[in-house]
Amino acid sequence: MILAKTGNEALAYAMKQINPDVVAAYPITPSTEIVQIFASYVSDGKVDSEFVAVESEHSAMAACIGSAASGCRTMTATASQGLMLMHEMLFIAGGLRLPIVMPIASRSISSPLNIHGDHSDSLASRDSGWLQFFCETVQEGYDTLIQAVKIAERASLPAIVAVDGFILSHCMERIETFEDKKVKDWLGKWQPKWNVLDYKKPILVGPATMQDYYFEFKRSQIEGMNTALSVIEDVQADFKKSFGRGYDVVEEYRTEDATAVVLLMGSACGTMREAVDVMRAKGSKVGMVKLRVYRPWPHALLAARLGRFQTVAVMDRADTVSSYGGVLYTESKAALYELDKRPAMLAYVYGLGGKEFSLADATAVLEGAVAGKKDELVTYVGVR
Amino acid sequence: MARLKELCNNPELFSSGHRACAGCGEALAVRQILLAAPQPVIGIMPTGCTEIFSSIYPHSAWQIPMIHTAFETAASTASGVIAAYDFKKKQGLIKDDLRFVAFGGDGATYDIGFQAISGAFERRHRFLYVCTDNEGYMNTGIQRSSATPYGAHTTTSPAGEVIPGKQMHRKDIMEIIIAHNPAYAAQATVANWNDLVEKVKKAVAADGPSFINVLVPCPLGWGHPGDMTIEVSRLAAETCFWPLYEWQDGKYKVNYEPKEKRPVEEFMKPQGRFAHLFRGDAGKAIIAESQRYIDAQWALLHKKQEALCTP
Repeated sequence: MILAKTGNEALAYAMKQINPDVVAAYPITPSTEIVQIFASYVSDGKVDSEFVAVESEHSAMAACIGSAASGCRTMTATASQGLMLMHEMLFIAGGLRLPIVMPIASRSISSPLNIHGDHSDSLASRDSGWLQFFCETVQEGYDTLIQAVKIAERASLPAIVAVDGFILSHCMERIETFEDKKVKDWLGKWQPKWNVLDYKKPILVGPATMQDYYFEFKRSQIEGMNTALSVIEDVQADFKKSFGRGYDVVEEYRTEDATAVVLLMGSACGTMREAVDVMRAKGSKVGMVKLRVYRPWPHALLAARLGRFQTVAVMDRADTVSSYGGVLYTESKAALYELDKRPAMLAYVYGLGGKEFSLADATAVLEGAVAGKKDELVTYVGVR
Repeated sequence: MARLKELCNNPELFSSGHRACAGCGEALAVRQILLAAPQPVIGIMPTGCTEIFSSIYPHSAWQIPMIHTAFETAASTASGVIAAYDFKKKQGLIKDDLRFVAFGGDGATYDIGFQAISGAFERRHRFLYVCTDNEGYMNTGIQRSSATPYGAHTTTSPAGEVIPGKQMHRKDIMEIIIAHNPAYAAQATVANWNDLVEKVKKAVAADGPSFINVLVPCPLGWGHPGDMTIEVSRLAAETCFWPLYEWQDGKYKVNYEPKEKRPVEEFMKPQGRFAHLFRGDAGKAIIAESQRYIDAQWALLHKKQEALCTP
């Protein structure tokens, strides 16, 4: 069905079709509507889900862990400070290998308080053991949320699906949705190996470990993340086959003969496509590389794809406040280190707190990439 | 009334061999409560002494399913487990009636996890929350909590040359819980086992969130020999430092009236955490203030019982 939906509406609609067993959530701008719309699906009897309107995001994630450990397909939604408050519990969900799925309307982190879009929230959670997907469009958000349920359950890892706050969460797009039944059949039922409600086979979930076992548990979790990339690729292929459209972990735009490319994630990819067209029309050999999957970190894939360019400008919509730019820059730079011939790597930070990222800004970055050299290590785009 | 012989025939759901200190009141409470609770029960626990001494991998003392997530999350994790149960029950995926019991220490209950408890009680999840109250953060090495009584020495309310122990009275968690209009709330000790057992049965039978605050002496933190745990618990009830009472449907009931109300010194004297109060004149004022507070609370409890009980 073709519908006009904002990012939040589309994500809530995907949640309705996923029809999770349990949703425990707390509202926060800009993802509030996801929870709000979902609550009305519950009130109108359009889903079978148990909805727990918890009193904080910390409790939201704790309740999600309790529910998923009880064998229920479990979802929540949050952003920004909400994700920060969940931080402790994110690691516990990851360590317990529970496939909780969480859409996020990405937003900056206080202080100063700002409700607008950047990637600081999910990127600050990068070491928590969650899969992370960044979406370019509302359509991609809808599709990716459905995919994420299957990926999370197959990989036994929780998953964040991020759409840029306001830019996508509140922007209406024409989207193509699938039939409810098709989504339901494609997802099937989650069959967990254990659950805490099974009193005939009592188990202890969340034990304490000492020096003798902790590392082994963590190593096993790391292995889960190592193998998750192939799970994602399998599920993406399965999705394409079933629904006739789909995505890749790393996607390229007009890179065939490019010498300089920009690597980035999220909604700014749309602006960058336009800028590439503008520059191409002027004869510049530029292109764009879009990263959809940030965790697991597809280092080998990026090395294989980016090695052939002369210059890679890496654009982060979050900063580490370390004086060394953003994580996409540092991690991709590290990923390319093993190559015999390495491209020049340029660091750009843009769009913090929803700062406008215009076509002119995008074009300027491409021009910088073509020039290939910068006076300063990090360029902060559009800062007064 | 429960009989010990009957309780003895119930399966032990909290195994021996765990790592609690000798004389640990918390371990006694967990064992007694699981003997008394109708099965099947699913357990939830926060981080704390019980969690550490019962569940160091690859060992577990729990013969019931048990989930632990974090320090402040017993009630919120329970909310999710219960939501999952409600879902499965409605969908016909579970046929049996399951009951849920969370065990949290006073740190996890009065302090860091309080918000989650308040939320879970407001949402009316049906579960029993047991606070095993040893009046301090014992797992991290005896720091004060808001359950630590007036005058007590802990490592963060040390009896020093200027400040003689904790300067505030304990938080009245019972009244705060009662303000949530729970299905049942009660206070108990490990010494008065029959009282505790009956309260557990009522709490688990109650259709909604219920709460039991069990006083569990901590030999290490309180500074008394391990073989005095039961005696110290009994003195807590005999001195009315720890009134045994319950609340249901808006009514208070004092379950134990000591024949002769003993002075609080008798409860304090065997405990190292109050030893500084018996060394000079300064301590006398603190003991007197403790006594005044206990007397006032005891009188108030009776007023509430009289005012709110149907004749």
